[in-house]
Amino acid sequence: MSKRLFVILSLVIIASFILPACGGGGSSTIKVGLLAPLSGAVPTFGISTQQGVEIAVKEWNDKGGVLGKKIELVVADSQCSADPAVNAANKLIDQDKVKFIVGEVCSSASIPVSEIVNQKKVVQISPTSTNAGVTVDKDGKVKPFTFRACFIDPFQGLVMAKFAAGKGFKTAFVMYDQGNDYTVGLAEAFEKSFTELGGQVIGKETYIKEDTDFSAILTKVADSKAEVLYLPDYYNIVNLVGAQAKDKGVTAVMMGGDGWDSADLDVKASEGGFYSNHYDPGDTRPIVVEWLKKFGAAYKDDQGQPKVPDALSTLAYDAANLLIAAIQKAGTEDSTKVAEALAAISWEGVSGTITFDALHNPIKGAVVIGVAGGNKTFAEAIAP
Amino acid sequence: MNAAINQKPSLLETIIRKRWLGKGFLLAIAILALWKLTISFLAGPTIFMQQVINGFQLGFVYALIALGYTMVYGIVRLINFAHGDVFMVGAFVSYYAIADLGLNTWPAKVMPGLPSWLSTAIGVISVVLLSMVSCAFLAYTIERIAYKPLRNAPRISALITAIGVSFFLEYFGALPIAFGPNFVTYQRPFEVVNWVISTSGIVALEPGVAPPDNTLIISNISLYIIIISLLLLFILNFFVRRTRVGKAMRATAYDKPTSRLMGINVDGIISVTFAIGAALAGAAGVLYATAFPQVYFAMGIIPGLKAFVAAVLGGIGSIPGALVGALIIGEAEVLSAAYISTPMRDAVAFSILVLVLLVRPTGIFGEPSREKA
Repeated sequence: MSKRLFVILSLVIIASFILPACGGGGSSTIKVGLLAPLSGAVPTFGISTQQGVEIAVKEWNDKGGVLGKKIELVVADSQCSADPAVNAANKLIDQDKVKFIVGEVCSSASIPVSEIVNQKKVVQISPTSTNAGVTVDKDGKVKPFTFRACFIDPFQGLVMAKFAAGKGFKTAFVMYDQGNDYTVGLAEAFEKSFTELGGQVIGKETYIKEDTDFSAILTKVADSKAEVLYLPDYYNIVNLVGAQAKDKGVTAVMMGGDGWDSADLDVKASEGGFYSNHYDPGDTRPIVVEWLKKFGAAYKDDQGQPKVPDALSTLAYDAANLLIAAIQKAGTEDSTKVAEALAAISWEGVSGTITFDALHNPIKGAVVIGVAGGNKTFAEAIAP
Repeated sequence: MNAAINQKPSLLETIIRKRWLGKGFLLAIAILALWKLTISFLAGPTIFMQQVINGFQLGFVYALIALGYTMVYGIVRLINFAHGDVFMVGAFVSYYAIADLGLNTWPAKVMPGLPSWLSTAIGVISVVLLSMVSCAFLAYTIERIAYKPLRNAPRISALITAIGVSFFLEYFGALPIAFGPNFVTYQRPFEVVNWVISTSGIVALEPGVAPPDNTLIISNISLYIIIISLLLLFILNFFVRRTRVGKAMRATAYDKPTSRLMGINVDGIISVTFAIGAALAGAAGVLYATAFPQVYFAMGIIPGLKAFVAAVLGGIGSIPGALVGALIIGEAEVLSAAYISTPMRDAVAFSILVLVLLVRPTGIFGEPSREKA
C-alpha cells in the first residue's frame, strides 16, 4: 500500500519536473505574466486588475492570438509590497520563462520589479503605478524595458489647465497642501500650463493638512475675483474648503484632480466643480461603451447585475492590450524588439489614444468629471 | 564639571536674566506687529475688516472651549486634557441629531405656522441644547469615574488620567461601533445666507453671485456663532456672579477646605463645574462643525490645544481672561494666515503666548500666583 503510494507520488513529482519543461520548450503559446496584489492590504486592486487583463487576453485569443500563437496568462500574487513582488517576478521569469509582464499595481512594488526586468530583459508594463521612479532610474535615465499605462500625477494639472482655458477662464487661484507631493505636483503643473495657455494665476496659497479654518485664504480668493479655484487635494479637504467657500462669497469654479474621486466627496460643497480622472464609465466614446458591455457580460457584482469596471480594471485592460499589440507589431518574441515597438506604439485604448514619451509615460487624454445637481457626471475628454 | 559651574554666566544667560531686555524685545515686536497691521489695513480696509470678522468667528468658538479649561483649572487645579475630546463628542452628537433625527427641523413639522426664521432658530437651539446636555452628562460621568477617586492623589496622577481619558474618547470614538475612523461630512442645520454690508445698507446676497467691490460679507454662520457664544458667556457670567451655586463655585476655587467647613458640598460643586465646562464645549462642537463642516474622531485635538493656549494666555482660572485670550488667538491665527502665511499661523499664535508669558507669567488676567500651604 505504502509502496504503491510512494511510486505514485514519485511519478507525480517526476512528472511535475518534466511536464512544464515540455510546455516551455514547445513554443505553441506566448506567456504573459501578471503581477497583481491578490492578497495583502489591497486585494480588491488585484482582483480588478486581473479581471481587466483576462478580458484582454481572451479577446486576443478569440481573434487567433498573436504571431499565430495563443496567449497564456500566468498570474502571480505580488501583494503590493516589494519583497513578495520581487519573489513573484523571479518566479515568473526564471521558472515560467515569461518574457512579458503586466504589473505591479502599486509603485512601491513596481519599482523593485523594474530593476529585475531591466537586468533580465523582460518587458514590464504597469497599469496604475504613478510614481515617476517606476520608469526612470535615480539618474533620471529611462529604464528601457519598463512602461506604464497611466499618466503620472503632474499630467492632471495640465489637463485641468487645458479644460479651464477651453472654458474661456482667464484667471485662477491655486491652493495646495505644501506637505503633500501629490498636491504640490498637480498645482505646479497647473500653474505652468495655465500660464502657457494664456491664463493668469493671480493668487497662490499653501496650507497644512491639519487646517480646518480656510476663511483667511477664501476671503483672499473672493477678493481676487479669480474665475477658477484650483484645489488638487483629497476629498476631505475639498469638502471643507467647498463648504466654507460658499459662505465667504467665493464664486470661482472649483477644480481638482483624482483625489476628489471618492464616494465621500460632498457633492453639495463641490457643486459646480470639475476634476480630472483616468477614466469615467459615463464617457460616450464608442470604445468605452463597448468596454462596459464586455466587462459587464464577463463579471457580475454582488446583486448579480453587470459589474461596472473601475479605473484599475480599465487601465489593466489597456496595459495588456498595449503589450500584446507591441508583440504583434514587433513580429517577434524577442523582448528587446518588443520594447522598442512598445516605445513607438500608438494604440487606441479605453482610457484614450496612447503613445509613449521619452520617459515611457503615456501621452493620452484624461477625462474631466463635473459635479452638478448632486451627481458626478462625465464632462469632457481632454486630448493630451 | 566643577569648572563649568564656577564660570561666569554666559552672555545669553545675562540677557535672559535682565527682564528689561525681554520687555524691550517684546515692545519691539509689538510695534512691528502693529505697524504690519496698519500697513495691511491701509492696503485694503474692507478685506482687513473681513479677515477680522473671520477671526472673531474662530475666536468665539475657542472662547467656549477655553472656558471649560479655565473653570476646571480654577477649581481643581487640573488641566483637563479630555476637554477637546468632549468637544468632539458634542460635534458628533449634533451630527447624529441633524442627519439621523432631523432635530433641527422639528419646529417646522410640529408647528407649521411659525415663521421660517423662528422655527429654524428653535430647531438649531434644540440641537445645541442636546449637545450641551449630552456633553455635561459625559463629563459628569468621567469626573465621577476617573477624577474623583484621585482627588487627594498627587496632581500629576490626575493629569495622566486626563490624558488617558482623552485617548480613550478618541480611540473609542474611532471604533466602527461608535463614530468610525473616517471623515464625515457635517450637515449644517440651516442653509447658508450671506449678507453684503456696504454704506447703502445690508442686502442678502444671491447664492452664486459675486459680492460687489468694497463690501463686507457676513454669513448667517458667523452671526450664529457670535450670537450663541455671547449668549452663553452672558448666562455663564450671570450664573457665576449672581447665583448661590456660582458663589459656592467661587468659594471652592478660593479655598476648598474652608468652603467645606462652611457647609458647601465641594464634591458636588466640582461635578457641576465639570458639567458646565463640558456643556460649553458641546456647544462649541456644534458651532465649530457648522463653520467647518466635517467631523471625525480626532477633530478635538487641535482646537482643544488652541483653546488651552487661549486660556493660559488670558490667565488660566479667569473667565474674562478665557474670552480675551481666545479672541486674541483667533485673530492672530486668521490675520497671520491672511498677511504672513497660512503655515505660519500656529507659530504666530504660540509665539504670542510665549511673549506674553515672559512678561506676565500668569497670563493677561491672571492673579499673581499665591502659594498655598
